Amino acid sequence: MSTNTSTESRSRGKAPAGERVADWADGRLGIYSLAKANMRKIFPDHWSFMLGEICLYSFLIIILTGVYLTLFFHPSMNEVEYHGSYIPMQGQLMSEAYASTLEISFDVRGGLLIRQIHHWAAVIFLAGMFVHMMRVFFTGAFRKPREINWLFGFLLFVLGMFTGFTGYSLPDDLLSGTGVRFTQGAILSVPIVGTYISMFLFGGEFPGTDFVARFYSIHILLLPGIMLGLVVAHLILVFYHKHTQFAGAGRTNKNVVGMPLLPVYMAKAGGFFFLVFGFTALIAGIASINPIWNLGPYRPDMVSTGAQPDWYMGFAEGLVRAMPGWEINFWGHTLVLGVFIPLVLFGLFLAIIALYPFIESWITGDKREHHILDRPRNAPTRTAFGVAWVTAYMIMLIGGGNDIVATHFNLSINAVTWFVRIGFFAGPVVAFIVTKRICLGLQRRDKDKVLHGRESGIIKRLPHGEFIEVHEPLSQEQMYTLTAHEQYKPAEIGPTVDENGVKRKVKGSEKLRAKLSEAYYGEESQIPKPTVEEYKEITSGHGHH
Amino acid sequence: MKKLSARRRHPLAALVVLLLALACTGGLYAVFAPADKAQADETAQSLTIEEGKKLYTVGCASCHGTGGQGTSDGPSLVGVGAAAVDFQVGTGRMPAHTSQAAQIPDKRTIYSQAEIDQLAAYIASLGAGPAIPTEEQYSPEGADIAKGGELFRNNCAQCHNFTGKGGALTHGKYAPSLEDVDPKHIYEAMLTGPQNMPSFPDSTMSEQNKKDIIAYLGEVNSDKSESPGGMELGGLGPVSEGLFGWIFGLGGLIAVAVWVAARTAKAKKS
Repeated sequence: MSTNTSTESRSRGKAPAGERVADWADGRLGIYSLAKANMRKIFPDHWSFMLGEICLYSFLIIILTGVYLTLFFHPSMNEVEYHGSYIPMQGQLMSEAYASTLEISFDVRGGLLIRQIHHWAAVIFLAGMFVHMMRVFFTGAFRKPREINWLFGFLLFVLGMFTGFTGYSLPDDLLSGTGVRFTQGAILSVPIVGTYISMFLFGGEFPGTDFVARFYSIHILLLPGIMLGLVVAHLILVFYHKHTQFAGAGRTNKNVVGMPLLPVYMAKAGGFFFLVFGFTALIAGIASINPIWNLGPYRPDMVSTGAQPDWYMGFAEGLVRAMPGWEINFWGHTLVLGVFIPLVLFGLFLAIIALYPFIESWITGDKREHHILDRPRNAPTRTAFGVAWVTAYMIMLIGGGNDIVATHFNLSINAVTWFVRIGFFAGPVVAFIVTKRICLGLQRRDKDKVLHGRESGIIKRLPHGEFIEVHEPLSQEQMYTLTAHEQYKPAEIGPTVDENGVKRKVKGSEKLRAKLSEAYYGEESQIPKPTVEEYKEITSGHGHH
Repeated sequence: MKKLSARRRHPLAALVVLLLALACTGGLYAVFAPADKAQADETAQSLTIEEGKKLYTVGCASCHGTGGQGTSDGPSLVGVGAAAVDFQVGTGRMPAHTSQAAQIPDKRTIYSQAEIDQLAAYIASLGAGPAIPTEEQYSPEGADIAKGGELFRNNCAQCHNFTGKGGALTHGKYAPSLEDVDPKHIYEAMLTGPQNMPSFPDSTMSEQNKKDIIAYLGEVNSDKSESPGGMELGGLGPVSEGLFGWIFGLGGLIAVAVWVAARTAKAKKS
């Protein structure tokens, strides 16, 4: 096909340069059909669909700046005496890793700015992934066929946490060294294998002389490599599934309404990349992050107050800070529950959100494909669950910073810790109930708007003295948007007798499922949306409300 | 001697003896005169103590007892030394509003330095304790900043944070921020160990080491210290950085995303 085109154009004279280049490339790569199929791929337009883009671009920024940093960083724990340009460290003994980070900060051209862009972009990357994940969660975008992609995204978040953690530990400063010690403590708390894992990871007793070099290869090669692969897979699946869209006039489960990838989205996305890069550089230019020169080199005999990890590990820190220091001594072995239980909770807490799509589809029995997003209010139980999860997460973040909270709000650190302990259990319950009520209230309001129109704020006085407020009817599109969502019926336990009238055994899981499904879609959990009959009945007698 | 004894009955001998005696008296007077001045100093000192006692009776006795022996509301001040008084009153911690708070905060100083010296003299007179350090002792001149940093991280940072930004202790107590604290007061705090702070007498931490720490704090935590990376965000580490990253970093980027999404080629603006 491509050869045909080129002969034709040659007969008409020389083809334009762009066409010749494309032709040359297609002859060797065979990308024409792939490009043709995808160039006009449609993407819907909504600001919240750009959250993922923020993550992608932050990831690219981190890779670009990270490459620059590797040119100057020495991943070695050899002890050296500092003689660089930062006066308050002159003559101090420190590891080469710390000394080279000081050098990057003070003696390498642009080093400090690049370091700060790298670190700020990491903070933003993880925060962006968190918010992106919440967007996907609350709009139900994780439903079939996108469960695998949800898991890819989740893995990216978790790997991002550990990549961030290993990177934060590389400079071998007093703060990150304390964090590594904390992690080693958590590893040690694992029964039976903990000590072996610790000895293996650190090449002997903590801190040893190996961990910076090991964390370095994990931080710059292993984890980013896996993440890059996952990012590509994540994007391929987005292409394959096509992007979800909010309900609206002309939008169905079978189409995508929006702009084509080329040229509109290519231009927008390219421009947005530079906006993200520029904005991150601006932040890095005005605000200091991880000023390691203030922290000093790591020595296991020193520690500072206010020793926290970066925010994405903060909830793990909170779990440990809030946990009472329980300990069991058993046959000469110590089981440190005060650290081990938080470690288990850390895994469980993340696993719940990762597995949620499968849990929901099991409960609701919904195996259909969904390409139209839910408005969070129209799935009150899911929304309430998500808010409960976020509440627990945020309370643990407070727990992780309990000392800073205490000093800055003039509180007792013990009171903050108790608040966190109680809040971790009570907060999600309260959040669940409140969120569900709010969602139902919003559903009622939607129903009201559809049936009675929008409150216009215009007060009319009727001839007989009655005052009424004029309600403006909604437009066709608005009404469609408000009524487009499906309302499910709770899944029921099938007939308890088979065709022969023999009673079959109802499994416990079936009963549980029916109960949960009732909680999701029962009368308590959704407001029946207005029907055509209701609408006609009300609009026929217009003016009476 | 013979010559002298031969002339002992000379008519002028009495005169010579008289002159010698006068010279001797004068000399003795000259020798004793400074002693008289010292006595005057002592009088001044006792006057200072007297003044200090008056101030004490008005401002301090209700909690610390009429003779500084302490009550249920305040500890005994016998033997705390002048340095402790200069620190507590000089930073405004004393007199305290209440003895019931978890910790007594620093506030505006209400006594003049002269009055503080009088109070200090009175308390010092109750029992021996550390004296107010001289400027030579606490001035950061000739100190090793890097050594001070190491000492600070080893001895102070676990409560006061890496650069002395302060930190939380149990039950509402806290290690205060050391930003722009007078070097004299830092020295006195190390010497006397106010409130929850352990004391670092010269036997534990030498005078030179105290100077090093003061020099380090002056370098990293005063109005003269620089922040090469831009805004410090309180110097509190990842908590404030995370908050900033979420609100201004991601918040700003979301604002940019909303802005971009609002500028699209739509058939109809909604």
